[in-house]
Formats: sequence, C-alpha cells, structure tokens
Amino acid sequence: MASESESGAAFSPRNFLASRTRWHALEIVFWLSTLLPFVLVPDYLQLASQIAIAALFAISLDLILGFAGIVSIGHAAYFGLGAYTAGIVSKYGVSEPVLLLVLAAIVSGTLGYVSSFIISRFRHLALIMITLGICLMLYEVANLTSWLTGGADGLQGIKIGPLLGTFKFDLYGKTAYAYALVVLFLCFLVCRRLIHSPFGLSLRGIRENPVRMPAIGAPSDAHIRKIYTIAAVIAGMAGAVLAQTTSTVSLEVLGFQRSADVLVMLILGGAGKLYGGILGSIVYMVARDQFSGINPQYWYFWIGLMMVLVVMYLPNGLLGGLEKLTRRWRGKS
Amino acid sequence: MSETALATRGLQKNFGSLVVANDINIELPRGARHALIGPNGAGKTTLLNMLTGMLRPDSGQILLGGADVTGLKPAARVKRGLVRTFQINTLFPKLCPLEAVALAICERERQSGNWWRSLPAYRDTLDEAYRILCSLQLGGDCTRETRELAYGQQRLLEISLALASKPGVLLLDEPAAGVPRNESSALFQAIAGLPAEITVLFIEHDMDIVFTFASRIIVLVGGRVLVEGTPTEIAADPRVREVYLGHGKHG
Repeated sequence: MASESESGAAFSPRNFLASRTRWHALEIVFWLSTLLPFVLVPDYLQLASQIAIAALFAISLDLILGFAGIVSIGHAAYFGLGAYTAGIVSKYGVSEPVLLLVLAAIVSGTLGYVSSFIISRFRHLALIMITLGICLMLYEVANLTSWLTGGADGLQGIKIGPLLGTFKFDLYGKTAYAYALVVLFLCFLVCRRLIHSPFGLSLRGIRENPVRMPAIGAPSDAHIRKIYTIAAVIAGMAGAVLAQTTSTVSLEVLGFQRSADVLVMLILGGAGKLYGGILGSIVYMVARDQFSGINPQYWYFWIGLMMVLVVMYLPNGLLGGLEKLTRRWRGKS
Repeated sequence: MSETALATRGLQKNFGSLVVANDINIELPRGARHALIGPNGAGKTTLLNMLTGMLRPDSGQILLGGADVTGLKPAARVKRGLVRTFQINTLFPKLCPLEAVALAICERERQSGNWWRSLPAYRDTLDEAYRILCSLQLGGDCTRETRELAYGQQRLLEISLALASKPGVLLLDEPAAGVPRNESSALFQAIAGLPAEITVLFIEHDMDIVFTFASRIIVLVGGRVLVEGTPTEIAADPRVREVYLGHGKHG
C-alpha cells in the first residue's frame, strides 16, 4: 500500500487508460490472419464470408448486451430488415452493393431508433419479451406481404451488381469474403473507438449499475436509445451483406433461430469484449459445419453440449478463458 | 449564511395506510452540517429518496436554492447540484475507481455523449478524477476493480462518486454504515474534509460521527420531525432520550 502510494506520484491516469486502448500485437496478428482463408482454404470462402457476417451481427449484439447490459433475443429483427431492404431495393434498379448497404443501414437504424424508445424504459425479463415480440411481428409482416417479400417462398429476383462497379460476386466467394471482411473490419474499427470513448464508459456504467447512473446525473435512457440505434444500424448492415453475397433472402433472416444463434455465438465467445463475438462466431460456424458433416441429423446435440460446458466452466466465454490462461501462464514464467 | 440551500414544505408520503412522511419541513442553510437521526423505520431514507427524486411525495414541495424541484427527475436534480450517496454500496463493480469517478465527471461535463473521442484524450477529466480519489486516500488503488476493494474503501468511493458531481447539497446516507472501527478514521477524515461551501445532510447511526460533525440535528420519528436543535439541545432533550437514545446512555 505504501509503495503503491509512493509510486502514485508518478502515476498518470491518462497513460494508464491509454495503455488499455492501445492496439495489442495479437489484434494485428488476428486481423492479418483473416486474410489466410484466401490462400489456405479457398474452397471455404463462402463459409468464411458467412462467418464474417455472423461476427458482424454478434458485434452489434455485443454493443447492447455485452456493454450496456440490454438483453435481446430478437436482434434478428434488424438483421432481417437490412437483408430485405437490400434485396428488395436491388430488384428496382439499385444494384450497387455499397449504396444498398447504406440504405439497409438507414432503414434498420430507423426501426432501431423508434423501438429504442420502448427498449430504454425496460430491463431484464421485460426486454426479452419486447425484443422477441418486435422480431415476431416483423417476421409475420414479411410473411404477410408476400407481394413484396416473396413470403415463405423467399425473395425472388435479387440483382446485385459488381462491387464498386468492378468486382463481380463470383462462385467461389472471393469477392463475397473480401467484401464481408472489409465491412466487418470497418464496423469493428468504429465499435472499438466507441467502447473506448466516454460514451462507451457510460454504457459500461449502465451495465454495472443502472441505479447509480441517475445518481451521477447520467441520462441513461438517452444513452440506451443511442447505442440501440447504432446496434440496429450494424445489424442491418450484416443482413444486407448476407443478402448481397448469397443473392437470397428468406423469412429465416427474421427467424427466432437467427436471434438465438447470435446470442449463443456471443456468449460462447465472451460478451463485452468485441472479439468475443468474433471468436464465438468462428467456433460456432466451424463447429456447425463440421458437426453437420459428421452427423447431419443430430448435430445440434454437440452445439448444445458445447454451450453447457462453456457456461459451466468458462463464465466469461472462450475469450475470457483464454485471457485467464495467458494471465496464469504469465504469472508463472 | 442565512441563504437556504435546501428546504422542504409540508412533505407527505403514505405507503398504503402507513405514513412514512408526515408534514416534513426542514431547512438547510448554505454550508450547513445537519444530521438526520431517528430509530429504524423512522423514514430517514424515504426522506432522502424524496429529496433526490427517487420517490415522489404525495404532496408538499422540495426547494433547491429557492427553486421548486419537486417534479424533476433524479438526474436533473444532480445536474443542479443535489447529490446523494447510498447506505448500501451502489457502485460499478467491474469498473476501477478511476473509471467510475471519470464517468461521473464526464456526465457532469456533458462529455458522455461523445462516442468518437478516446477517453484518455480527456486529460482534465482524468486528472480531476485522480485528484478526487487521492484526496479520499484511494489514489493507490484506483486501477483495481471496485469489487476487489476493501469494504471501507468502497464506502470512500461512494463519497468520491458524489463529489465528482460537484454537489452544492450533499446527502450522505449512513456513510459509515458497516465500516469497522479500525477503518473508520479515513472516513471521518473524508467527512471532515468536505469543502465548507457544500451543504451536507447526513443520516447516521454512529453517534460519534453525529456529535463530531453535525452543527444541528434533526430527529425523525414515525415520519415526523420530532425535534430539531444543536447537538447539546438534542442530547439534553427528554423526548429524544426516550424514543431514540434509549435509557439515557448518551451524554
């Protein structure tokens, strides 16, 4: 204690916090390694782009669940809306992917903003019902308006032009993966900045103690509305990228399964760390790919087992477990 | 000195048939050190909750610096300088004290909406946070997670968080609650060191603290102000001795 306060003379709060926001070497290695699939597993680029889309979706959920503590099991509402927006608009002559992406972001963000006024007033169990309810309603609206969405048959006639007028979406998924990866990376950069900002700190405050926040003068509701809208924008972009890279949109994009899957990926990887969602989606999607190859009928058994084991032994997810392991290893050496 | 920082007019609150606040009129001059005492269930915390806006009174008025704040939300009252601490630690377990206090300052300075600038870029905010923590002897532990801190340190962080909001009126809800004797000196110093211009109302069961720091004492019994006076008057008051101090042990 004494030595701590002595060294406290030289302690700089700014440097301490700056050291937390600095890029870690492992982060750079990770992002460089996302390029490896182009060389190592060129046959799996479609899967890789699916993973990148899932990761983007998981990051979007992480912003509200992992950082602000807002539970959602209907996050597919914004994903699906983004996918349908990109798909439907493409049928009417707008085929530039980037433009469609922006449109999808705006539409999803608008729904996110409107629903955030309800979301910000509730917590916990009530939020589970509300988020699920919104998603179910949207699902049925898409089901009902089959003249627009194709209903249960899926959206027909999606026409996605070449990316930036140059790169066509090829059969092998080269363009698809590159595109999904770039969108993921750019959104990640924005989120990374956000979580290290004063706003990001406020979100963690809401997660850690929503009762204290008003007592320090914080407008928690406004903070929640803001992050919920941002999360909806990103989820919408993830949906749009899916629509564009696969040229299909079906009701499944709004399904409960998709909301549940993204929640599982995030908790599996570790919520509240951004990279947790990415790691979770890699593990989940690869596991699903492998398990369903081994055992096409019962592969969810293994996913279920994995979920139970992770929650039992790694409460902070796979990433939390890895962090613990490296800390212990460093402590010993 | 005669200027009133905080006052209530006929504050009334019932929970069903239970009267928890009955025509409460109190007046705190600027810079006051008032203690609010009373037996368990007297309605002390209820009064604090009404003052801070966490509970709406059935009738009556709350005046902050002469302005009616009865209808304002808790956060809006904090912005006007009416700040409280909590009897049961109400902290941010996984934030370190530096982050927690910086958070409170960011909210005060309306920097908390900024999601593009990095927190370390707010040098003044961080320096101020560190200064507050050092003044409450938390400088050495300000980078540990709050949940790892000793209980007494967490009580000090309660006060640090409140100070970060630059209170004009500070309401302390049993600041020393549960703090063991050997750790209470830091807390005593913290209370003694509160800037003189801050108006302080504190609830406390520890009579050492009450008689050391209070210039006036308000005794609340059954949701009603029984008596208000200087510590000497209160200690000598037979009604107080009867309902509160018990069998005249104090004095």
